Amino acid sequence: MGLIQEIDFGTPASTSQKQVTLTVDGFTVTVSEGTSIMRASMEAGIAIPKLCATDMVDAFGSCRLCLVEIDGRNGTPSSCTTPVAPGMVVHTQTGKLKDIRRGVMELYISDHPLDCLTCAANGDCELQTQAGVVGLRDVRYGYEGDNHVFKKNDGAENFKWMAKDESNPYFTYDPSKCIVCSRCVRACEEVQGTFALTIEGRGFGSRVSPGMHQLFIDSECVSCGACVQACPTATLSEKSVIQIGQPEHSMVTTCAYCGVGCQFKAEMRGDELVRMVPYKDGKANRGHSCVKGRFAYGYSTHKDRILNPMIREKITDPWREVSWEEALTYTANEFRRIQYQYGRTSIGGITSSRCTNEETYLVQKLIRQGFRNNNVDTCARVCHSPTGYGLGQTFGTSAGTQDFDSVEHTDVVMVIGANPAAAHPVFASRLKKRLRKGAKLIVLDPRRTEMVKSAHIEAEYHLPLKPGTNVAVVTSLAHVIVTEGLFDEKFIRERCDWDEFQDWASFVALPENSPEVVGKPANVDPELIRGAARLYARGGNGSIYYGLGVTEHSQGSTTVIAIANLAMATGNIGRPGVGVNPLRGQNNVQGSCDMGSFPHELPGYRHVSGDAVRDIYETLWGVKIDDEPGLRIPNMLDAAVDGSFKGLYVQGEDILQSDPDTKHVAAGLAAMECVVVHDLFLNETANYAHVFLPGSTFLEKDGTFTNAERRINRVRKVMAPKNGLADWEVTQKLAQTMGLNWNYRHPSEIMDEIAMTTPSFAKVSYDYLEKMGSVQWPCNDKAPEGTPIVHVDGFVRGKGKFIRTEYVATDEKTGPRFPLLLTTGRILSQYNVGAQTRRTDNVMWHSEDRLEIHPHDAENRGLRDGDWVRLTSRSGETTLRALITDRVSPGVVYTTFHHPDTQANVITTDFSDWATNCPEYKVTAVQVGASNGPSDWQRDYNEQAEQSRRIATLQAAE
Amino acid sequence: MTMQPASTEIASRTAAIIRELKGLEGPLLPILHEIQVEFGHVPQASLPAIAEALNISNAEVHGVVTFYHDYRSHPAGKHVLKVCQAEACQSMGSDAVAAKLKQLLGIGFHETTRDGLVTLEPVYCLGLCACAPSAMLDGEVIGRLDDEKIEEIVAEARS
Repeated sequence: MGLIQEIDFGTPASTSQKQVTLTVDGFTVTVSEGTSIMRASMEAGIAIPKLCATDMVDAFGSCRLCLVEIDGRNGTPSSCTTPVAPGMVVHTQTGKLKDIRRGVMELYISDHPLDCLTCAANGDCELQTQAGVVGLRDVRYGYEGDNHVFKKNDGAENFKWMAKDESNPYFTYDPSKCIVCSRCVRACEEVQGTFALTIEGRGFGSRVSPGMHQLFIDSECVSCGACVQACPTATLSEKSVIQIGQPEHSMVTTCAYCGVGCQFKAEMRGDELVRMVPYKDGKANRGHSCVKGRFAYGYSTHKDRILNPMIREKITDPWREVSWEEALTYTANEFRRIQYQYGRTSIGGITSSRCTNEETYLVQKLIRQGFRNNNVDTCARVCHSPTGYGLGQTFGTSAGTQDFDSVEHTDVVMVIGANPAAAHPVFASRLKKRLRKGAKLIVLDPRRTEMVKSAHIEAEYHLPLKPGTNVAVVTSLAHVIVTEGLFDEKFIRERCDWDEFQDWASFVALPENSPEVVGKPANVDPELIRGAARLYARGGNGSIYYGLGVTEHSQGSTTVIAIANLAMATGNIGRPGVGVNPLRGQNNVQGSCDMGSFPHELPGYRHVSGDAVRDIYETLWGVKIDDEPGLRIPNMLDAAVDGSFKGLYVQGEDILQSDPDTKHVAAGLAAMECVVVHDLFLNETANYAHVFLPGSTFLEKDGTFTNAERRINRVRKVMAPKNGLADWEVTQKLAQTMGLNWNYRHPSEIMDEIAMTTPSFAKVSYDYLEKMGSVQWPCNDKAPEGTPIVHVDGFVRGKGKFIRTEYVATDEKTGPRFPLLLTTGRILSQYNVGAQTRRTDNVMWHSEDRLEIHPHDAENRGLRDGDWVRLTSRSGETTLRALITDRVSPGVVYTTFHHPDTQANVITTDFSDWATNCPEYKVTAVQVGASNGPSDWQRDYNEQAEQSRRIATLQAAE
Repeated sequence: MTMQPASTEIASRTAAIIRELKGLEGPLLPILHEIQVEFGHVPQASLPAIAEALNISNAEVHGVVTFYHDYRSHPAGKHVLKVCQAEACQSMGSDAVAAKLKQLLGIGFHETTRDGLVTLEPVYCLGLCACAPSAMLDGEVIGRLDDEKIEEIVAEARS
């Protein structure tokens, strides 16, 4: 092993097709036009000394170390800012250059502490390296006089010296070590796009300043880590490196938070994780990261993590720690007893979008082969199931059409019901970069999110539509496109069914779908709708990115179809820069859907009613597979309340906190006789569990995750499971205990079975992933290198299908009792139910859920910022603190669902998508009023949770 | 002590200046100039409002303000005396001029006399090298400084 070293070429790659040949130190090198001399040299294997250059940001030319001499040109130009030219003859090492570099370095070191041996960056410091490279042997200037290094000069206070800023929980800023190369400032601007850093002052007084000479934590900094990554010295250092020391080996793995699927180098010292460093070859993130993936991994060693299996007969009993064997035998016996007593279909399971493809595959296999039914579902039910349905119906594939690189070619981006700056931060950074280069943005969102307006980006159109009116507004965009003749007739005639288009066009052209009619109930100025439609249709490459604000509605599937219609009508499908892209919430929600986690589908989205498909698995598994779909999550809970569903295996999901209408979920779980929770922590669902099987983190197992762009990324084991077994091993042992003949020795064997049985994965294997880095499915003989963009030469289903999208308002309506609409979402530093991020220092940014309310609505109710308020709906009530802001419109309130104390889902109702049962999280009629403190429900709940989490202490042996 | 305007007043006057100048090409420096004219300094409280209006970050505004020595973070005295410390003036004895001014006024560079009348600042070239050493009092340049002229200047500034 050893540390994976990535080459720093100094400046970004040029995208030009034209090649230029030059000579560097006598070697001939051919590179793309526009490449810097520095990069060209590096490609020839010659590293020119440098400090302020790194290939994550544009050349800056400030350090004066990378100077070169060029035949026929005067002076010593900097190689980072000088582009190559044909026939150029470059010398990187001459007597003159050596003198200049040594002189420059001498000046740097004269204002830098000489504490290398005790410095956190010792061994990983570019300043140290470059001092060695240029042969610095002496600093003639001494350390007297003006400096930034010492707190005191001759006993007097040194006003140029600045104390360390330790305010960020994950990294330290030590100004005394700063060489003001401004790499951090440029990384924050160019890579992350937050512009939280600047150089304040000038000349010798220049300093890096977060915000307006603030602490990092008080500035606009979002703690993405790009500055730490860029810093060539110890000035910005991970606290973990300061505490532990430099790592000695690393492995490339994939982040287990959102659906972007960033790749990281997990840098280790022994079996201790030192830091996560974004991997430049990660094709989703291209070397960038966010606060969660980069820093929030502390949950994996948190004291709350449960490492031993536990069982109890009743949920009112305390937990009893037992051996794996006892726990699994108990579970197997209970499941068999329940099936004997209540029938084959009385048990089921839920796969996890947080676990690997292989683990998910095994859970659905256990249910289909071992439980002999199709009662398997997954958390995608409550997020992107409408995407699967809508895109499957219209295009023929249940997934996004593009890779993330596509955003670099887009001209107009429409973001609908998504806030990537909070939920998909690395994608947001890539999008912002494109917007700063001139692409236009349209945002459909009830809130004025960070995407609508933040430093250097501003949406051309923000349609602040009322929650629940998506279908009406998206259809009225189509109305404008059709009635104003902005559609792409050639594309439609070639690739779609023309008759279906005409039928659809006559529908959207109806006056009731016009912006003027729709605008009123949707609360959007009709001119904004018209402007947005014209821009999307005629602004060049138009792409649509959408999130749960689209799917989590009673008409979620209809909106997805309406979006697909828009893309087809304008010809924005099948090439870079366009497409329809769901921003998927979880690291492997795409994968869990691909792996046959739905009750009606076998792996690869093949319906269970298909004889040929069932035949493949029946032959392989030696059992008969039900040709009728099984129960969905809400159906399981309904059946449990009715008494016909009694046992559940839940892997890595907290349905009690994440699913709507908490009281109903609790009642369903309480009615079951054997609930098995397989998780890292005693989550909220575990309060109702009889068996707890400890889970393993993504750091502790091999496998694959499939991200939102269908990319299959490797997850690599960097430490042994603290609980003893990886999750796939636990499922396998449970299957074996239930009498199934499973003998997987490694997850790669599970992937082989997936590839063998699923055409879209046919060529995927661990060896192939090792070779390719990652591939995007479909990956088979037709597309051996995978498929970055789908529907290139025509739609997967044949002809693209236009479907009418009739707007039916949700039954969830405001009235005198519940006059406000609640919508929910995420925040940057927390992730979903927060089981992981709440157990990291990320709580410094978001320690509680707050209710965002417009000043007008707050004033009517006599509420002040920070007041405790009671939030009531038809389903239930809870209390939380108010945050008064005009980011939400009057009549709309908003909160996050990261904290179990709040239980925002006590409020949400059981309304759901007509096609897929995806819950309507995004619209709930509520009332808000002043409150003194927690509601009765919150008090009872906390009491129950506390009781339920007791673990019996064993009597100490005498 | 100089009276500072109340924060609401800063906000409303800042907003008016931004409204007036926002349409210019490269509006940041003109806005900062106008704010300095309005308040005698650039109040910290104005910066986020400027950032918001120009859709740039607080950090960027801070970077620009601190780059230019002429933008003050605090109000200056009634008179501002700038004494050149650049190369030509140095060679003609500007060090001694500065020392004398400091002594007569009882303050150092970047300080204001306790009666609030004079602020003393170094400046790096007034373009008056031919008449070095030189200084500038409230925008009016004075060349060929000697002891007599220095005392005159101080007397005038003190009045």
